Amino acid sequence: MSLISFKLEKRTPPSWWFRMLMPIMAVIISLAISSIFLLALRKNPFTAFYYLFYGGLGTKFAFLEMLVKATPLILTGIAVSIAFLAKYWNIGAEGQLYAGALLATWVGIQNFNLSPFFYVSLVIIAGFVGGGVWSFIPAYLKAKFKVDDVVTTLLMNYIMIYFVSAILTGPWRNPVSMWPESVNIAENARLIQLVPRSRVHIGFLIAVAIVFVAYFIVKKTKLGFEIRATGSNSKAANFLGINTLKTIIIASVLSGGVAGLAGVSEVAGVHYHLIHNLSPGYGYSGIVIAMLGGLNPFGVLFAALYFSVIITGAQMMSRSVGIPPYIADVIQGITLIVMLAMLLLFEYKISIRRGK
Amino acid sequence: MEKVVEMRNIRKTFLHTVANNNIDFDIYKREVVTLLGENGAGKTTLMKILYGMYSMDSGEIYVKGKKVDIESPKDAISLGIGMVHQHFTLVKSFTVTENVILGLPPSKGIEIDLESAKKDLISLSKKYGLEVNPDAKIWQLSVGEKQRVEIIKALYRNIDVLILDEPTAVLTPQEAENLFDTLRLLTKEGKSIVFISHKLREVMEISDRIVILRNGSLAGEKNKKDTTKKELARMMVGREVLEIIEKEEMPEKGKPLLVVQNLHALNDKGIEALKGISFEVRSEEILGIAGVSGNGQRELENVLCGVRENTDGRIVFKGKEITGKKPKEIINLGIGRVPEDRMEEGLILDLPVFENLVIESYDKKPLSSGILINYSSVKDFAERIVKEYDIKTPSIYTMTRTLSGGNLQKVILARVLSRNPEFIIASQPIRGLDVGAAEYIHTKLLSARANGVGILLISEDLDEILMLSDRILVMYEGEVMGILDREDITIEKLGLMMTGARIGGLHEPN
Repeated sequence: MSLISFKLEKRTPPSWWFRMLMPIMAVIISLAISSIFLLALRKNPFTAFYYLFYGGLGTKFAFLEMLVKATPLILTGIAVSIAFLAKYWNIGAEGQLYAGALLATWVGIQNFNLSPFFYVSLVIIAGFVGGGVWSFIPAYLKAKFKVDDVVTTLLMNYIMIYFVSAILTGPWRNPVSMWPESVNIAENARLIQLVPRSRVHIGFLIAVAIVFVAYFIVKKTKLGFEIRATGSNSKAANFLGINTLKTIIIASVLSGGVAGLAGVSEVAGVHYHLIHNLSPGYGYSGIVIAMLGGLNPFGVLFAALYFSVIITGAQMMSRSVGIPPYIADVIQGITLIVMLAMLLLFEYKISIRRGK
Repeated sequence: MEKVVEMRNIRKTFLHTVANNNIDFDIYKREVVTLLGENGAGKTTLMKILYGMYSMDSGEIYVKGKKVDIESPKDAISLGIGMVHQHFTLVKSFTVTENVILGLPPSKGIEIDLESAKKDLISLSKKYGLEVNPDAKIWQLSVGEKQRVEIIKALYRNIDVLILDEPTAVLTPQEAENLFDTLRLLTKEGKSIVFISHKLREVMEISDRIVILRNGSLAGEKNKKDTTKKELARMMVGREVLEIIEKEEMPEKGKPLLVVQNLHALNDKGIEALKGISFEVRSEEILGIAGVSGNGQRELENVLCGVRENTDGRIVFKGKEITGKKPKEIINLGIGRVPEDRMEEGLILDLPVFENLVIESYDKKPLSSGILINYSSVKDFAERIVKEYDIKTPSIYTMTRTLSGGNLQKVILARVLSRNPEFIIASQPIRGLDVGAAEYIHTKLLSARANGVGILLISEDLDEILMLSDRILVMYEGEVMGILDREDITIEKLGLMMTGARIGGLHEPN
């Protein structure tokens, strides 16, 4: 019997420019793999990708729409990467987005007599608090009782999503609407438009500002150092005097809070009311974006813009080439797998040998 | 004499380091051949290639004159080559007998014949003086017994060549003596032994022939009768070795710094590992804690460093109770900690060198203010420390993981000493380091002592304990067997105490 066996050996870490190159290679490889599916559908992958990118970037309208979709993606990407840097596996950005949206909506529909600046600030804070609180629960369970974070954060998504659905079909339902949705939030609680006659709102600028703030926290502050130290080796960090449990809880609350801001962006910037399908999975895309961005805030910004192009362009590709728009999800999934495979490949050397 | 194994031009590289640089190595029948060299010289790598655990980049291996391809330990065993590793490969919940026959085809159809295996095992263990209870579960055994099981496991497979990787590291002097008796019996039987070691005393006692490796290359070969310890040390290190570091005598005993009273603590399995430990350490003195590995030293280190809770007793530092304090509070009291587990506790390997240098002090001025870390002063500080402590690193931004073992330990020691501690807990500070780095660490510890620092030195290396300590405490099964002044101690006495004999008066702290 002939067997081929693989052995993994740790190798020297790749240089910084190679780390920068890796996501680009991952994107190219994942597009190449995706073309297999297109070929299976008897479509020309080049035509398909042309419409994909044209649909996401080619016109002013497409470009602006891309920025609209990029806003929550940047925020969930940053949210996930803050948690992942501490090795706190927050898979719950989706639920935290809804929790943020829920609390922001509640504040927004109170019709406070406030100036737009203060009301919007209040809505933003509410979104951050909503996401942060929802994220605090699993983090506390992990720190206190060592409950697995992947399981709790993931399952709490469903609790929140179904809770939002329940509240929208019940007490919060807008009586004059055919759909399960809340009433509109106050005019002075809305994020202002950046470009007239488009859906781009100031939330995009806020998201970009959050990228800078996240970079600053991670690279310049004590908290950022504690997060990186805890994530690199929590046992050693604890030995060396860092309160790792506190660090994980703070990182998770920041993470959830930023995910909550993605909910604010959708409620106060796009729809003006809460709907049960507010997010087509922005929270999950945040995981892919965080990994593709190498957990670096600026990397996350670019990764979010890339995925936004794909998500926005998928409709155009679908209509022009005649394939389902779900191909955008396929590309996302493949990109994640390729990126993870590349991280493994470049951290370890794989030697293949034939055994007996 | 008849050659059993010939290794020709063996080459193996890891990353950028050449672990074995075209090495020739032979094993003759009926001999004990020692592979001597510092840690990282390539001894274990060479033997793991022979045992099929590593694949070589190039080279040839002949067993009994026939060229062979050894691709797995299974191949090696079928060629008559067995190996006992530094870290044992036994199933803890199985009995000795079950472990010995594990992996062998059953003798009666599909049924496992435990009884006849047990009989064979008993006769093997009688014949070679490898005393062990065949029905005991592995977790019940001492380290010495586990090693005997590993040797029996190899012998049970009818091997001709037995490789032992640093077998005495975990043994008391008496146990090591018994092991050597067994090895002599085995060579009389016609078997060959490869003994991997860097301890010259033992090498001179047991070897017939000594092959010296240095930095992955062959540095020479000597017959035992034609050489001396001094010559071997020179060949191993590549320069003259200072045998003893000058230790300044401290005429007056300082004031008591750390007082430990009746300390109890559990190990990770929830079994009591410290059963009422009491001692005190004064300023300007080194208290050495000797003992065979696994007798509570690690738990003692953990408790004193603030990462394990004690179940009873108290710890007093400079007259103030510090029992149950967290690592941060202990650090801030002026206690420096050099942990046994450098890779998993002492350093964060995936952070750069400069961040590891400040990880115990980044939250103090001038390294930070408010919520911000002042990276420019952190970098100045790191540059200065790297120079002052002669840490060999391409830059302060280098990932700590890529540093050599000696430099990793220097980073820890530099971090500790740069805070001007009044007390240092150093656990296995030179384990795995080359002679030069070990010398450096010892010099630094002694000069700290001369400056009034009290030091608790936990070590399994008796030479280190004897060379540095002013007083020596011997631990056995979580208890203190005695605390003796350095002058009253001999290696033999230490050995007896390490196996449970109480000698000398206990110096109970007040």
